[in-house]
Amino acid sequence: MAGKPKLHYYDGRGRMESIRWLLAAAGVEFEEIFLQSPEDLDKLRNDGSLMFQQVPMVEIDGMKLVQTRAILNYIASKHNLYGKDIKERALIDMYVEGMADWNEMFIMLFVHPREEQDAQLALLKQKTTDRYLPAFEKVLKSHGQDYLVGNRLSRADIQLVELIYNLEEFDPSLTANFPLLKALKTRISNLPTVKKFLQPGSQRKPPEDMKSMEKTLKIFRM
Amino acid sequence: MAAKPKLYYFRGRGRKEFVLWLLAAAGVEFEDEFFETREQYEKLQKDGHLHFGQVHLVKIDGMVLMQTRAILGYLAAKCDLSGKDLKERVGINMYTDGNLDLMMMMIAVAPFEPPNKKEESFVLVVKKAKTHYLPIFEKILKDHREDFLIGNKFSWADVQLLEAILMGEELDASVLSDFPLLKVFKHISNIPTIKKFLQPGSPKKPPRDSHYLNFEESNLTIKYP
Repeated sequence: MAGKPKLHYYDGRGRMESIRWLLAAAGVEFEEIFLQSPEDLDKLRNDGSLMFQQVPMVEIDGMKLVQTRAILNYIASKHNLYGKDIKERALIDMYVEGMADWNEMFIMLFVHPREEQDAQLALLKQKTTDRYLPAFEKVLKSHGQDYLVGNRLSRADIQLVELIYNLEEFDPSLTANFPLLKALKTRISNLPTVKKFLQPGSQRKPPEDMKSMEKTLKIFRM
Repeated sequence: MAAKPKLYYFRGRGRKEFVLWLLAAAGVEFEDEFFETREQYEKLQKDGHLHFGQVHLVKIDGMVLMQTRAILGYLAAKCDLSGKDLKERVGINMYTDGNLDLMMMMIAVAPFEPPNKKEESFVLVVKKAKTHYLPIFEKILKDHREDFLIGNKFSWADVQLLEAILMGEELDASVLSDFPLLKVFKHISNIPTIKKFLQPGSPKKPPRDSHYLNFEESNLTIKYP
């Protein structure tokens, strides 16, 4: 590896946060180059650095990777966090795709017009308690193991715990009736690399709000 | 594969189409199961198969897989269509992810707009294809001058690009007018498995029609993300 991976994004969670979590959990140090203005984004686009003219973009191993999923797949594979064979990988993919749908609701929350946000938050909470939390609690219950797939840590566990943290920022009571998920959260949080990432001063980004989102949307000329 | 994979979805195009294309291109025989009634959907739900409340499902190699990308990733790996190493695989993933975004617009968004917005929506999708996506693939082919997108070998990325091109042409026959290399690329339709899939009578579904939409609206509430 030439140097540390370089993450190109704005200084906020958005779609890059899952990548930060995964790199951190894998113990990989990384650098960040923050977009602060529309011109910064223009420059990346004009450089030909962004295949689909979008960020996130991660410079890693001599490549400029785009598409969040492709980036996460690559990092997980490289660091043995993607199951032991293609069957385990398929299960992990199934779970993380469900999580991506769920995460999309968080990411888009403050992008909705102000008057729609209460309704969107209510929908997020409802889907969380009716669909997503039960689905993953059930997976853990079905095999009684410590991790979602293959009795071994994978990106699915890390991404799930990321989402649990995000959702507890909105409403800590939502996970009350999901003991196995709470146990997973504790287990993952105690991994030395994750523990470090959860500490103040790490590269983990704070929750987004209306104000930070307004700033961000300006960068994307939205 | 012990038994043929079984695909579950509604009769009509939708996300399952991506899976159909890949299976067909890889020459894998499969069984198509359709939901015609609410009862069939509810049975799957009761059996505990619908983790995330969705109805696109494949039974294969002893697993019940959901989520389009999970299914496609597994099939591509199994059928040796996902590159020879991790670097090729990430390249394929970038292309297919970008391409899937475009095709989801065609298949999962535009057809569900209200009648007065639908035409406009399709026009926009075609525009996006011509300005945003197709130029990228034209450039990739131009840069390496090979027949396939990655590693000089037929892969999942090629299957999907062809699928996107044909879908685009259904909406606008001139969609490739500015892309000479993509026009040449279209010749992969002559690969025997693909040629067979493109013939009438194959499992390939026609563009969305009213039968599909009425069934969905009256029987179920399916939310596409």
